[in-house]
Amino acid sequence: MAETLLDIRDLSVRFFTYQGVVRALENVDLAISKGEILGLVGETGCGKSVLARSVLRLIADPPGKIWGGEIFFKGEDLLKTSNRRLRHVRGNEISMIFQEPMSSLNPVFRVGNQMQEVVVLHQQVERAEAREICIDMLQQVKMPDPEEVLSKYPHELSGGMRQRVMIAMELSCRPDLLIADEPTTALDVTVQAQVLTILEDLTRKRGVSVLFISHDLGVIAQLCDRVAVMYAGRIVEIAPVEELFSIPRHPYTRGLLKAIPRIDEERDTLLVIAGMVPGLIRPPEGCRFHPRCEAVTNPCDRVVPRLVEVVSGHQVACHLYNDSGEKYDADTRH
Amino acid sequence: MMPTPVIEVRDLVKYFPIHRGFLGRRVEYLKAVDGVSFTVHRGETLGLVGESGCGKSTVGYLILRLLMADKGQVLFRDKDMTTLKGEELRRIRRNMQVVFQDPQSSLDPRMLIKKTVGSPLEVNRLAKGAEVVTRVKDMLREVGLNEDHVYRYPHEFSGGQRQRIGIARALITRPQFIVFDEPTSALDVSVQAQILNLVGDLQNRHGYAYLFISHDLSVIKHVSHRIAVMYLGKIVEAAPKKTLFEKPLHPYTKALMEALPQPDPQKRHALAVLQGDVPSPVNVPKGCRFHPRCPEFKDSCNRGEPVLMEVEDGHWVACHRCSAS
Amino acid sequence: MKRIKKEHEWQIREFLFTLKLLSKNPSAVAGFVIIATMVIIALTAPYIAPYDPIKISLRERLSAPSMVHLFGTDEMGRDILSRVMHGARISLRIGVLVIGIAGGLGVVIGAVAGYLGRQADNIIMRVMDVILSFPPLVLAMALAAALGPNLNNAILAVAFVMIPKFARMVRGEALAVKEKQFIAAARASGAGSMWIILHHIIPNCLSSVIILATLLLGETILIAASLSFIGLGAQPPVPEWGAMISVGRKFLMDQWWYPTFPGLFILVTVIGFNILGDALRDILDPRIRR
Repeated sequence: MAETLLDIRDLSVRFFTYQGVVRALENVDLAISKGEILGLVGETGCGKSVLARSVLRLIADPPGKIWGGEIFFKGEDLLKTSNRRLRHVRGNEISMIFQEPMSSLNPVFRVGNQMQEVVVLHQQVERAEAREICIDMLQQVKMPDPEEVLSKYPHELSGGMRQRVMIAMELSCRPDLLIADEPTTALDVTVQAQVLTILEDLTRKRGVSVLFISHDLGVIAQLCDRVAVMYAGRIVEIAPVEELFSIPRHPYTRGLLKAIPRIDEERDTLLVIAGMVPGLIRPPEGCRFHPRCEAVTNPCDRVVPRLVEVVSGHQVACHLYNDSGEKYDADTRH
Repeated sequence: MMPTPVIEVRDLVKYFPIHRGFLGRRVEYLKAVDGVSFTVHRGETLGLVGESGCGKSTVGYLILRLLMADKGQVLFRDKDMTTLKGEELRRIRRNMQVVFQDPQSSLDPRMLIKKTVGSPLEVNRLAKGAEVVTRVKDMLREVGLNEDHVYRYPHEFSGGQRQRIGIARALITRPQFIVFDEPTSALDVSVQAQILNLVGDLQNRHGYAYLFISHDLSVIKHVSHRIAVMYLGKIVEAAPKKTLFEKPLHPYTKALMEALPQPDPQKRHALAVLQGDVPSPVNVPKGCRFHPRCPEFKDSCNRGEPVLMEVEDGHWVACHRCSAS
Repeated sequence: MKRIKKEHEWQIREFLFTLKLLSKNPSAVAGFVIIATMVIIALTAPYIAPYDPIKISLRERLSAPSMVHLFGTDEMGRDILSRVMHGARISLRIGVLVIGIAGGLGVVIGAVAGYLGRQADNIIMRVMDVILSFPPLVLAMALAAALGPNLNNAILAVAFVMIPKFARMVRGEALAVKEKQFIAAARASGAGSMWIILHHIIPNCLSSVIILATLLLGETILIAASLSFIGLGAQPPVPEWGAMISVGRKFLMDQWWYPTFPGLFILVTVIGFNILGDALRDILDPRIRR
């Protein structure tokens, strides 16, 4: 059993807006082990980005507030550490890459400038040595002609190249954890393939843990060791990747898998989850998925289901499974 | 005897001039669409797939006459509409409609749904006043929305619902041909499924001809009867769906399929077959446009552009290697 | 009636939401109070002004502010308070007319230029540039002088000067709106350019137009007062603020109240509009609203 690197316990985040209080995250428990790639999958509004930003305390306050819980990283609670310690953690021990690299890179400075700045700041080396480190990193992300790239401005690079620069920058300081928030969503599929390959190679080689956030189940299946499924601010299922895709247990996960068009199968109509993702200002009582659930039963609309372990490593938050993990009803529909 | 295709496109070309320099001299051309031909028949969906810069959206715009083609023809039921204007153009336009990608900007935020969906009727003088409202309500019901939604504004709806409104707007004049430009790319998976089902359902019921543009191969596979793969302004392969997926011939098609991560961890494979980035349509490589990235490159590929040829029934490829064999 | 109510429900809600946001912003409240006060004064002046603004009473000429005449009297013995109150009617009427004309024309010109682009845009905007290249007061002066010195001509002159400001702003917005997909959808449906400009482009520019109009109201009143000050606008005995300052200048040393009160009113009114306009700009910014 590998050592736990990041342990999120009972995390709740709320946003206070004119329209009301948005309960973006509610009692989230999640742990990442050393060297593992954990996928976080969910649709828009499920809270996966909020979760990612909470780890590094990047939630804008106002209107957001961390409403409760703890985030243990290497034994210390990041929600309670000093700003100084947090600044050291950010970029050095925990790095983050985002979906749109154009907004992460400053358009008026050359790429080399920005990369070197990051290295100098975090690794306390001279500029010349930083430049060498940058070139080395760019080679690691298979950038053709790294010296050339350093002298370019961000807009002169393609989306895929910018994302590789971001990966290089964020991994240059050898963090323990990389948070990747939809890093390939905006890229073409062949470019995505390159970026994913590089990301996987580098992180495995260096033993970097990855929290990989995506809405794309294909990418998740391809890359991750374990997967957590989120719905409306809560985690509904966590499992090793093969199990999640072969024996999905939560009705939402099952619905998602049936709704995606696939190349490897012929599907006449895609099975649809009725209804819509709920707003988070007045979410449904009890299990937030219950209004749309095919298997909805008695306590679903009153009691919030907790994550219980059904099989080793596979947890579900659903009333179909009681506290010891046994299923109540036989599965008739599938 | 093949029935008349609803839409026929012949050798469409569109170059965008790029102006640079102090006085804005025309320096070079962006060859967005460079000789594209295909047909779409009643009740059929032609899927147009490719990555950014391949020109697929531009093709849609050219057919709809939102852009003027530099060369080539667009025929609607054998009638050449490439250069029509004014009232003639408007009469043909009510037969072809479009559904766009971005549910945020595809509806006017200041316009009531009633007016948004009803405006094609008003603009074409097909109906007035109370009749417009009735038809709008009928249309909304047909796409799965509530009648009283007519008196609301776009921001009150979710992305999926807005796409349905966009579809209602497109179908209200009972067109024969609809261009779908990445209609589900901005939607969540579960919503995408609803929209794709709706679109297919409508086609089965009314016999619409669709041109479905997307970069997502799995979506294209789901909706299309025939598929055309585009790269840098040209069609590199076209075939019926089953044939294309069973026997892809063009190296780019094969690379696209390899690159697509499948939602099945048992089927993990090396994704990245291609190196390099999608090149810009400004500096198009000489010879076969794909040759710099082609894993099956051979000597003559950088000399002479390959021609789109029918190598077996209904299966067309533009590749020096494929046509040689 | 019920159907109309449903249609406008959202607009009413948005309006109330704007008011709510405004009420939380201290400068907006201040601006609003000032403007509201001026409007009330203007509307009720004929009824609540203590004296007839043009009634001459030479016995009381140039008397200092007192309980009888709160703002004192001018060289003809006319009560300055009443004149200032009636002046509000005039200034606000000028403001509304000028902005109405300039806004109406400017918005259409800008929308057409922005949407049609290329040649039309070039020609129209160059004309606008020519007008903008003159300092507004100078140009207004020249026009007013050419048309003849009276209040109505002053209104036309100032309106002319204001048109390009609207046109330029709306053109910019039109350029942005033009790229949205719903415009392409409308074109694909067969809508013509004028239809799109009227039904799509202009409604989407309205919130910026409102802000600009509010800010320009202040400037308009100032320019109109300046025109009257140099004798090209309102003619005596019309109690227009600028005209009052013009005559009252001579008396500044010994009868300070004469030019001071009209001047103060101009100052306060213009500041009021500017503050309100700034607050509106912040509030109507869609990013802040959500």
